[in-house]
Amino acid sequence: MNYETVIGLEVHAQLKTKTKLFCRCENIYGQSPNTLTCPVCLAMPGALPVTNIQAIEFAIKAGFALGCEIQNHSVFSRKNYFYPDLPKGYQISQFDLPLCLNGQLEVTIADQTLNVRIQRIHVEEDAGKLLHGDNLQNKEGSLVDLNRAGVPLIEIVSHPDMRSAEQAAEYLRQLRSILRYIGVCDGNMEEGSLRCDANISIRKPGEQTLGTKVEVKNMNSFKNVQKAIEYEVERQVQFLESGKTIIQETRLWNPDRNITTSMRSKEEAHDYRYFPDPDLLPLELDTQWIETIKSSLDELPHARLQRFQKDLKLPPYDASILTSEKEIADYFEHTLSLYDESKTPAKAKALSNLIMGDVLRLSNELSTPLHQMKITPVHLCKLMNLIDEGQISGKIAKDILDDMAKTGQNPEEIVKEKGLTQISDQGTLHRCIQEVIENNPKQVSDFRAGKEKILGYLVGQVMKATQGKANPAMVNTMLIEELKK
Amino acid sequence: MPPPKDWTLSELRELLDKGSISSVEITQHYLQRIEKYNSNLNTFISVIRDQALILAELADKRIANKDNVLPLTGIPIALKDNILMKDVGATAGSKFLKDFVSPYHSTVAKKLLDAGAVIVGKTNCDEFAMGSSNENSAFGPVHNPWKHGFAPGGSSGGSAASVAARLVPAALGTDTGGSIRQPAAFCGVVGLKPTYGRVSRYGIIAFASSLDQVGPLTRTVKDNAMVYDSLCGHDPMDSTSSKHPNEITYKALDSVRDLKGLKIGFARELLTERIDPLIRDNVLASIEIYAKLGAVITDVSLPHLDYGIACYYVLAPAEASANLARYDGIRFTARSPRSMNVEDTYAKSRSEGFGPEVKRRILLGTFVLSTGYYDTFYLKAQKVRSLIRQDFMNAFQNVDVILTPTTPSPAFPLGSKNENPLDMYLSDAFTVPVPIAGLPGISIPSGFTNDSRPMGIQLIGKPFAEKTLFETAYSFEQETLFHERVPTL
Repeated sequence: MNYETVIGLEVHAQLKTKTKLFCRCENIYGQSPNTLTCPVCLAMPGALPVTNIQAIEFAIKAGFALGCEIQNHSVFSRKNYFYPDLPKGYQISQFDLPLCLNGQLEVTIADQTLNVRIQRIHVEEDAGKLLHGDNLQNKEGSLVDLNRAGVPLIEIVSHPDMRSAEQAAEYLRQLRSILRYIGVCDGNMEEGSLRCDANISIRKPGEQTLGTKVEVKNMNSFKNVQKAIEYEVERQVQFLESGKTIIQETRLWNPDRNITTSMRSKEEAHDYRYFPDPDLLPLELDTQWIETIKSSLDELPHARLQRFQKDLKLPPYDASILTSEKEIADYFEHTLSLYDESKTPAKAKALSNLIMGDVLRLSNELSTPLHQMKITPVHLCKLMNLIDEGQISGKIAKDILDDMAKTGQNPEEIVKEKGLTQISDQGTLHRCIQEVIENNPKQVSDFRAGKEKILGYLVGQVMKATQGKANPAMVNTMLIEELKK
Repeated sequence: MPPPKDWTLSELRELLDKGSISSVEITQHYLQRIEKYNSNLNTFISVIRDQALILAELADKRIANKDNVLPLTGIPIALKDNILMKDVGATAGSKFLKDFVSPYHSTVAKKLLDAGAVIVGKTNCDEFAMGSSNENSAFGPVHNPWKHGFAPGGSSGGSAASVAARLVPAALGTDTGGSIRQPAAFCGVVGLKPTYGRVSRYGIIAFASSLDQVGPLTRTVKDNAMVYDSLCGHDPMDSTSSKHPNEITYKALDSVRDLKGLKIGFARELLTERIDPLIRDNVLASIEIYAKLGAVITDVSLPHLDYGIACYYVLAPAEASANLARYDGIRFTARSPRSMNVEDTYAKSRSEGFGPEVKRRILLGTFVLSTGYYDTFYLKAQKVRSLIRQDFMNAFQNVDVILTPTTPSPAFPLGSKNENPLDMYLSDAFTVPVPIAGLPGISIPSGFTNDSRPMGIQLIGKPFAEKTLFETAYSFEQETLFHERVPTL
């Protein structure tokens, strides 16, 4: 029998604020254990939380980017449970009165648009990290690192609007892209700055009520999200097919064995005993301030994608690659504004080709993010000009780019130093062509006999003779002229 | 000059300013008294003799150089042991924190040190400030200086008894449901619980965050105002700290002559049969004195105050159940050596570390916050809290100050209420509504029983009306002079 899959996601995103949510310890990943701590995030007796307004600002940005209604009045509550990574014995979170409500995210998959509704976004603090046995001198013991304790998080809760693992993964991808775009989260799933739990249920097609949901945790990559959901759906189908009942529980994804395993049942679920945190006053926000944040918001990826297609006439593929990351789109637009103020479609496309093809390849090869590469927009623009002026060929341009990425040199200097200027001098080219014709009598007679495909070989010989510096368009025209004499 | 042991803070100030005595001499005097009487009274958990003498020397230099000499410069003072001072132990009266040494200063400790005060030690208190007799301390009960074997009140019993016994001229306490005012009444001293938000809670070991306030215990009203002035003000480290502007309250007190025009509210309905007749007579006599001083006594009605104890014993334990979750045996000092795994560590460490009253309140608080009980108890109590606050606000439409007894009875014998926690809770009936409403309240000596146990009256003010409270209290004090009586140790 066919079943309909119903998925809702709860996404935790670390906000990349300067300091933690309730104290002024620095918010940086990967420091020595317990060096980024103070009485507040260590939960020393007597320490008190003070809200970091930048975290609220970032959460509001995310709220606007996801079409939410920002609440002037929201409340921090205590979520009570014991765990060694939670030094206060409660997490400060938001419960019945969150900061953002009722948003949505349009997800595009193969020209189909899916509207995923966002139930709420709330602000909360992250817990610390536990280090267990294997990595420690004392294999029996566990150690607590509280550097992460108190780092600001937003939890973005979707409605159960997704119907496949693919949709869920794509929703997550686009959500990540937006959070990175607006600069509130770096979206690094491996480092845990973006984490995702899925609520999964299945039902017979046409049924209105939802099936029993199972929450799956611990999926720390896009691939795992998709695989875990696919596995869990299949598990539930087999369960129902064999006449069993699905029980409401929390399951953990095991990426080594590619299965989910039960973590706790509904009966074992915590009673978190939420209540408003008496150490913090309700968060009362000024409408004008909220509006300022809205107006400071950068253009979102979807809008930029559409603008690239509409105004620059870029093909959908180019536009989607260029807008997939904010850095790429910024880099492209910055270079384009230097290269061609009027932003004509032809020049935009030429630049897009170079960036998509070679610059991104180099960024990949050198594992350097685009904005940290040595190829500056100014230099890239100069390179484009050299090509347009016919000073260098497209092939030479690629070699020059390689050098630029390594040395950060100006392309004009590289051309000069290495003598790479394109040969466009008719006399020189003529001499070369004559030599090639004389040295290849068989190919020349084949061509003259109608085998026109051989032209490519002859052009190649001219290029070879000039170490690639000959102007290919001129070689082509002049060679045909000569051969047809 | 009065005998040395009877110096008040204001008198010490004058002597220091005139140069007739040094802070080191004063500090040595009090340290000697502590040494002599602490074994009998058990008011101190720790005495920081060496640090105190260094602070006194610094204060003397400051005074000699006339370098920013403030009301507390050179004055010895004690802190309740739930108030943190850097590099000094802080137990909050609990075995759990027996070896805990604070890595940071509370804001109030820092303010005192900046003012040049000489902190001499940390005073005994009920465990995590939960109690009304000081019997819930893991370090043994404090004895009432007026009558050995009797409770000094709680939870700031060590602070109140130290001041009464002249072991320090002033001490800080904390008050959540009466923990400054009730022991002040039992020990015959002046104790102020300021308006909520007036004094920073940063570095105060939390009991119930929406109720806790730090305040001074002193022999006289003026002394109290001098300490209070040095404590209050906005603290960016405490989100609940008020931005209400500071004012100097102690300087104007000397010029208070009478109370003509002051309206004092009195709620006769509070004098039920549960009140000890001695207290009833004492409060009626106190009303007469106020009438004589020119105040207008007006009847007020506070119908919801009867629910104060019930409301308090839902809200305070609820907050405490979360505030005390950090004592889990993972950090600090008290991990049970018998624990086998994480769950076991929590269960055993907490079972062994906390005393019975603290456990009772954690259980109570956990219960009222649980699914299914939250609305019935926690939310209902929050509504009652609003009604109590409203009662006070209605009353304050017509009066400036409200007068009540501080306690339903004078000090009771140690051990007499241990079997019945509810009976113990009721000893806070008059003090509990004040923090519930976030108001300032002061307890001042109002007489003695035939067997020399002090009694106190409580004056309750409008939010941030501490100055009015001090003036009202000062006038009574100057008329009655109960503060001049000295306990025989």
